[in-house]
Amino acid sequence: MSDQTVIKAPELDFNTPQLLRYRKVRSLKDKAAEISIGMGGISVILAICLIFFYLLYEVMPMFKPAHMSQVAEYSIPGSDQLENGASSKTVYLAMEEQAEKAIRVTSAGQVVFFNVKDGSLVSEQALPLPEGVRVSSFAESAIGNHLVIAGLSDGTAIIFKHRYKMTFPNDVRVITPIIEFPYGDEPIELDTNGGAINKIVLRDSESALFVIGLNSNNALFSTYLSKEEDFLSGDVVLEASDVAMPNLNDDVVDMQLGPDLRWLYISTAHGKLDVYDLSDHEKPLLNSRVDLTDGQYQITSLELLLGGISVLASDSSGSVSQWFMVRDENNEYTLQKIRSFSHSQSPITSVASEHRRKGFIVGDEDGHISIFNATAQRMLVDEKVVEGEVNHLIIAPRANFLMFENDAGQLVLWAVDNEHPEVSWAALWDKVWYEGYEEADYIWQSSAANNDFEPKYSLMPLAFGTLKAAFYAMLIAAPLAICGALYTAYFMAPALRRKVKPTIELMEALPTVILGFLAGLFFAPFMEVHLPGIFSWLLITPLSIVLFGFVWANLPASIRHKIPEGWDPLLLLPWITVVSWFCFEMSPVIEQFFFDGDMRGWLTNDLGINFDQRNALVVGAAMGFAVIPTIFSITEDAIFSVPKHLSYGSLALGATPWQTAIRVVLPTASPGIFSALMIGMGRAVGETMIVLMATGNTPIMDVNIFEGMRTLSANIAVEMPEAEVGSSHYRILFLAAFVLFLFTFVVNTAAEFVRQRLRTKYTVL
Amino acid sequence: MRVSFKQWAQKGDPWVWLNAGAVAISLVMVIGLLGLIASKGLVHFWPHPVLEADYIADENSRTVIIGEVVETEEVPAEQLRTAGVDVAEGVESLRRDLFKIGNRDVSGFDFRWILERDLENKRYPETVMTMERYEWGNFYGYLKAVKEDGKEVAVNDLAWAELQQRLERAHSIREKIEEIEQGQIGGINRGIERLRLKEKALQLKNKATPQRLLAIQTERAEYDAEYEGLQGELTALYGEINRDSLIASTMDGTVIEMPLAKVVKAFRPNQMNLYEKIVFYVKQVGSFITEDPREANTEGGIFPAIFGTVLMVLLMSILVTPLGVVAAVYLREYARQGPITRILRIAVNNLAGVPSIVYGIFGLGFFIYFIGSGVDQALFPEALPSPTFGTPGLLWASITLALLTLPVVIVATEEGLSRIPRSIREGSLALGATKAETLWRVVIPMASPAMMTGVILAIARAAGEVAPLMLVGVVKLAPSLPLDGSYPYLHLDQKFMHLGFHIYDVGFQSPNVEAARPLVYATSLLLVVVIALLNLSAVSIRNRLREKYKALEM
Repeated sequence: MSDQTVIKAPELDFNTPQLLRYRKVRSLKDKAAEISIGMGGISVILAICLIFFYLLYEVMPMFKPAHMSQVAEYSIPGSDQLENGASSKTVYLAMEEQAEKAIRVTSAGQVVFFNVKDGSLVSEQALPLPEGVRVSSFAESAIGNHLVIAGLSDGTAIIFKHRYKMTFPNDVRVITPIIEFPYGDEPIELDTNGGAINKIVLRDSESALFVIGLNSNNALFSTYLSKEEDFLSGDVVLEASDVAMPNLNDDVVDMQLGPDLRWLYISTAHGKLDVYDLSDHEKPLLNSRVDLTDGQYQITSLELLLGGISVLASDSSGSVSQWFMVRDENNEYTLQKIRSFSHSQSPITSVASEHRRKGFIVGDEDGHISIFNATAQRMLVDEKVVEGEVNHLIIAPRANFLMFENDAGQLVLWAVDNEHPEVSWAALWDKVWYEGYEEADYIWQSSAANNDFEPKYSLMPLAFGTLKAAFYAMLIAAPLAICGALYTAYFMAPALRRKVKPTIELMEALPTVILGFLAGLFFAPFMEVHLPGIFSWLLITPLSIVLFGFVWANLPASIRHKIPEGWDPLLLLPWITVVSWFCFEMSPVIEQFFFDGDMRGWLTNDLGINFDQRNALVVGAAMGFAVIPTIFSITEDAIFSVPKHLSYGSLALGATPWQTAIRVVLPTASPGIFSALMIGMGRAVGETMIVLMATGNTPIMDVNIFEGMRTLSANIAVEMPEAEVGSSHYRILFLAAFVLFLFTFVVNTAAEFVRQRLRTKYTVL
Repeated sequence: MRVSFKQWAQKGDPWVWLNAGAVAISLVMVIGLLGLIASKGLVHFWPHPVLEADYIADENSRTVIIGEVVETEEVPAEQLRTAGVDVAEGVESLRRDLFKIGNRDVSGFDFRWILERDLENKRYPETVMTMERYEWGNFYGYLKAVKEDGKEVAVNDLAWAELQQRLERAHSIREKIEEIEQGQIGGINRGIERLRLKEKALQLKNKATPQRLLAIQTERAEYDAEYEGLQGELTALYGEINRDSLIASTMDGTVIEMPLAKVVKAFRPNQMNLYEKIVFYVKQVGSFITEDPREANTEGGIFPAIFGTVLMVLLMSILVTPLGVVAAVYLREYARQGPITRILRIAVNNLAGVPSIVYGIFGLGFFIYFIGSGVDQALFPEALPSPTFGTPGLLWASITLALLTLPVVIVATEEGLSRIPRSIREGSLALGATKAETLWRVVIPMASPAMMTGVILAIARAAGEVAPLMLVGVVKLAPSLPLDGSYPYLHLDQKFMHLGFHIYDVGFQSPNVEAARPLVYATSLLLVVVIALLNLSAVSIRNRLREKYKALEM
């Protein structure tokens, strides 16, 4: 027929070298993209997780126990022989700031400076004592203060100061210890009969120098030198005056004098602790006498905590109790037991207070050393350090070393790692009885001007303030947002809904700093002036809306039908504006009529409610404003996505639209509403700027709506820039952030799960 | 048809109305708030008429008061009586005006409440003058004369034109002075500081050879010489600018002399017609946006704050966009869709709800104290102990906010990716494209509007965030902009000013809150407008996107 020519299809070779190469390159690129995106994605997600772990990393060190380890042990430095053959004893031991040099004073009056690390001698000198006189007692003027006094065996005492000069020759720190006599090297006469001074106390305040000595017959002697500044030369002139001393009947174990030169604490042999009030220089008064041990045990020593407000009484049963003077409503002081610390069963031999914190260390006959913190009521370490007794236990100013004498006449040095003793679960969340307070309380006060201040780290007032602010915000936001969302999703005309929803959601984008500013500078003063107006508005607005609805329903149909169904809120806009204006215009009249023109005064005077201008109501309103869009948006979505056939069924069965909304739609959407509330709550809890600007930021615990609060987040914003890096304060602020993080994260996750369950439910329906 | 209340209530209509009321109240609140900010913020720049009136404090004292009426309110008579004011029986309340009387240097305070009944003979004289000054706030009074070198050159009526002319001259000199002080001398100071650090770095590395030190020494000498020259120029300019002065009288008749160097502008608001007022208004708004703040931020413009905000937000978006997109692409396209991915997704989502202050404290602790001080040790040992990056600054603020807004971008991008129909991806793969090619050529272009939405939302959030910034980098007053003409041009280690923080600082920390308040409203308005625009654009992009994919799904 025909010679069919077979047209050969062009050979398509997919495996030419170029194509092979090309494909290889492409698959390589594909792999590279996969790997790099995988790595990038995972590292971004890891970076986000880092927040959690970093916060934890900053918080963890606070809850680590303290830890100590032996560094050195050496024989007691300094020449040790008295002339009459008896060996001299240590009366005083102290380390300087860097814990590099230490001082030891012996009963023979030798002052020995030595290197802390190896006990090698730095210098040695004798106090200017008369022949044959020994040091019989010794005291520091305050904890860690280098002004000291030695009571002598001839009834006198000598005051001196050890000082450490720091120089940097060739950039190497060299510390040179020296002794000075700021009040002269003449001994001060105490017991004119020449009896040995067995106990001595010294206080050097701004107004006076006060020395009290006790001889072996339990007689007290004092020297009171008041300081007067000379007007012309500016020099301080000392003027002696008499202070009468109480007569003591019992044997005295120990005594201490408070820094205000008023309270003299004396413990006696029968386990009693007496407090004398020395404010009247002519007549000492016995203020309180307490029995510390029920006669069973002996008091072994009295020690003051840093600041000199608390007294630590340690006894032979191995426990230490903390006492201080508490003032009651009548301005009377009584000695109260604050807390006690039990150590071991062995009698306590030595107690030393920390120089910078309200902590102390205890050594006992059994060779145990324990470190305590008074405020946190926490034992940080308890360790057996030596066989036999622990004597002359001291702690370095930075609390990083401690040193003591053992039975064998050796000095032992231990390093201490105890960064955050003042933090414990109880100190953060329980009531704590702080120095100078009438009772245990929740207090947040992280810093003060003076060094011996007791930091008060109770997170309770802050957590309370956070919840209070969030509560009032939710109180205002939740009804408005949920009701609004129900109407928008269920009743509103779709055309209007498309306008209203973005408008309300726009609120969410408003920077909170602007809301805070308006709340603090516009709304707070406005509310203060229009207080009756605010409350009448809360009452009148709902009524007026109902009234408007009723009147509207009774209007002729020709008017009613001009507004299509579902556009009612537009009608209400001018009405509510007018009603609000009316309420605030009437405010002065109402105030005049009911509250004598001053509702604020009426609240404070007649009801006894404190009123701050920037209070919880202002915060609630402003933060409510910030939270409304969040709740509104999620609730609206939940209600809108309720399957329509449910409501149609209900309406078809004869239910009114309202019945359908409340009985069918709302219950179906309720998990969504719940999650909206949770997310709103999370936002209110973490909000910073509004609270910072619209409250007074005082950390008080009071549910009063007219008082302010301080929240965790505002506290971080206020205090973080000033917190010293790595300090307990710094870490507690991280803890606050961590709490906020966890709280919002958990709440949001819960809400998210609820929402996901709801979504599945809808698909089933 | 009449409806009885019972009938009406049975239908549940009151409840429906109450719900409608909730919507209406929310709307009133939003609109009212925006209106409040707008009205208070916009009014500030309008040239307010200056009122002059006789003030009768009691029978025998009659003084003149000049000022702007800022606010008027009703005071209950009771309150006045307790304050010791004599109010006749039967009077319920009195009206009082808050006068901005200015002249803080003369009278000691800016504002004064005056009862309206004590004012008589109110008038708006045309020749009364408002004068903005570099110090002591506004001045209200009458111009008497203009002086040159202590000699009067124009008096009374002629003085006004002369004043305007000479003010212009003073301003041009002032500009020159600023150019020298901030531009040139600032550059010299930075140069000298750089030399100091260089010298110290050499010493630290033990490379301080005499030649190198000598080179530094000569360079320093050059700077010093240049500085000397500029100093001379400055002295001359200061002499010039202080040549002219004006004589004016205040409301109580005090006559003061003031160098023109201290005057920002002088105008007669009562004389202006509407057109002049509008021109003046526009100029005022312009200078508010473009000028530096004065008097502890309570006056002048907010340019550095705008600049700082924009720069920080730009840096942040440069950081957040790739990170967020990569994470979202990974989660949606590459990660195995199992329970772990779902948990991760929820976790990322929830990070958006973590309080911003938590990010702030994280930024401070981790970026600044941990990484920043590490960077200092490694790269800037010569500047220690003063920190370079171990202190709050622009870089750390941007990174912190990038972290804060990361969830926003991830969530938005993921949503965009999930909206792209499977069929499109499969089509691409069926044609032989690799996964990466599909992603790069098909999926990402289609998802790009979603990414944009995410980035815009992130920017809007970052622009309004203040709490974390307070910890990681903003200051109330930055001496220079973080981007300028001196090496290395972009100063990532510098602290910067920020609109939101400006609002907080001026509104709550400034010594003269009352005077600064209008400025804060104006700043707020600016911030709200910027953020609202950003949000609205994000919303419209999102809507467009949805429309587009609806068509695809068909």
